[in-house]
Amino acid sequence: MSEKNQEIPDLETVSVDKSFGDFRAVKDVSFSVPKGSFFSILGPSGCGKTTLLRMVAGFLEPSNGDILIKGRSVVNEPPNKRPVNMVFQHLALFPMMNIYENIAFGLKRRGESESVIKQKVGEVLERVGLPGVETRQADQLSGGQKQRIAIARCMVLDPDVLLLDEPLGALDLKLREHMKVELKKLQSEFNTTFIYITHDQSEALVMSDQVAVMNEGIFEQVGSSRELYYNPKTAFVAGFVGESNAWSGTVEQVKKDSVKIRTSSGFTLMAQTKGEDIKKGQKVKAFVRPESVRLALKAKEISSMENRVKGIVGNVLFNGANSRVLVQNPIDGAEIDVAIPQTGEFASLAKGQTIHIGWQHDQARCFADKSGAK
Amino acid sequence: MIGPRTKLGLILVMSPLLLWLTTLIIIPHLDMLYVSLREKVGVRQYEFGFGNYMTFFTEPLYWNTFARTAYMSIMATILTLLIGFPVSYYIAKIAKGRLKMALFLLCLVPFWVSELVRTFGWMILLRETGVISNFLQWSGIVNQPVEMLYNDAAIMVGLVYTSMLFMVVPLVTTLDSLDDSLIEAGYDLGASGFAILKNIVIPHAVPGIVTGSIVVFMLSLGNYLTPILLGGKSSLWFTGMIYSQFITRFNWEQGAAFGFLLLGLSSLIVFVGLKLSGQTLAKTMG
Repeated sequence: MSEKNQEIPDLETVSVDKSFGDFRAVKDVSFSVPKGSFFSILGPSGCGKTTLLRMVAGFLEPSNGDILIKGRSVVNEPPNKRPVNMVFQHLALFPMMNIYENIAFGLKRRGESESVIKQKVGEVLERVGLPGVETRQADQLSGGQKQRIAIARCMVLDPDVLLLDEPLGALDLKLREHMKVELKKLQSEFNTTFIYITHDQSEALVMSDQVAVMNEGIFEQVGSSRELYYNPKTAFVAGFVGESNAWSGTVEQVKKDSVKIRTSSGFTLMAQTKGEDIKKGQKVKAFVRPESVRLALKAKEISSMENRVKGIVGNVLFNGANSRVLVQNPIDGAEIDVAIPQTGEFASLAKGQTIHIGWQHDQARCFADKSGAK
Repeated sequence: MIGPRTKLGLILVMSPLLLWLTTLIIIPHLDMLYVSLREKVGVRQYEFGFGNYMTFFTEPLYWNTFARTAYMSIMATILTLLIGFPVSYYIAKIAKGRLKMALFLLCLVPFWVSELVRTFGWMILLRETGVISNFLQWSGIVNQPVEMLYNDAAIMVGLVYTSMLFMVVPLVTTLDSLDDSLIEAGYDLGASGFAILKNIVIPHAVPGIVTGSIVVFMLSLGNYLTPILLGGKSSLWFTGMIYSQFITRFNWEQGAAFGFLLLGLSSLIVFVGLKLSGQTLAKTMG
């Protein structure tokens, strides 16, 4: 519904900068989040994502730039006056209060009457699927339940934007998988804008409408999960989102939209450039996803592919549907990570066996290598 | 379940503690109790009875002195808490790294000097010919020496000063264990600084407040040096009464009874205090 009318975005940052002494944690970040969407900021630890979130919440003041919520600048507002709420990394449920008091805390501060508070707390507990836990203490609940209480405590205040600081980090794997789906469901139910920060790409990819990949204080790319995965704009995004085989080398030959790359150990491969201006002799990095590589028992099957390697099976990493094989490339001795298709054809793959692998040039992405050695 | 070897180990481990408890605490107290229950009827003639205890209740000077001592100690405890809490909060939550260590050490440093010397320090400041009096005269605020010693305010200053560390240490420990994100969550949910103090910080710090208050109250009540030196002859401190019974009047029976009354009444005050604040000793200590 909100897609048609071009509303004011719920959250907008304009050239936000934050320095701690000489260190610039966040560099000139501008983005806007439309109403009702699930926006994730994905990045390795130390990339500045927490700093950015804390600036939105009001715990840090930007050194430069502006933060707007529903079109209104909030940089001069303290955190207790901002229409945003935050789910903390370790949830920060108040241990000195029971669940009812935890959720009522914000409403009481607003001076709501006791009867209104009671009704609202009951409603929000119903919505997160935990009716009747009012009198319990936080430590009597399971990890997933605490999570939902932490969200309920914020949502009962009906914030314009809900900030989530890696709240799934402390949960075990099974529960984390479950909560991913749960969170997405809660978000669409409340129809509130969620800003979610994480270093876990699967959390970001599964839940988000839009993901921003952050590295060293800047946004490398903002886009849908699909865009980031299939169409990374920078070498960092290609390497960080999803799994990739990576090569560094020099451009030997430039064709219309592909280049021939030679690595320092003499391996050559063809990769596409997708419009990036790459010249002969330039240092580049190329990335190939494990699932884009074709496995074949006979060389003939992949004869149509531009990049072909006759390799030896190294380790088979069995992981159910996500099983992989590491194929040793005889030219440079490096191992190429290849996904095993679940057709049964490769079920008996064994170490030491000779195997043929190949991929088309358009499955390999090439980026100018800006970092040099990296 | 416990084998003979573990039993022997347990006995060996416990024996110094038990020895210390019996020889230094239990035996003297039993002897005191015995002495306090002897009534003097003639020269070297004693009878069993509660006369020594009755004297306390029939003689207004004694119980008035006790009431005054208890009241002053409670005031000293409250004052120490009011001053110690912001100090502890600053050390635990606001100061970082080396500043935190330095501030904590600063609270400890006065205790490297004996209590007597510390009290004399206050006397040098407060007496008629002391530093403060001289400064006031020099700056022209007063035109004659001012005596600031030998009154209740001087006693109070001394008591708060002596007790501060015993309030700050438990408070810093409990406040240190308060997760910063709870305070941030409070702000995030719209609370003012005062609401956070009232609903989050103080409820979390209750064990530290209770522990600190009990220690400070007991130390003040049982303090002898500070009230006598800073309060002078008019200090009327209960420990002073006990001292004079034992030393000045050689009335050990009466002194022992006062000692037990101090123990019993102070325990009663602590118990009432815990009940009034809805705390239990187990909850604070555990």
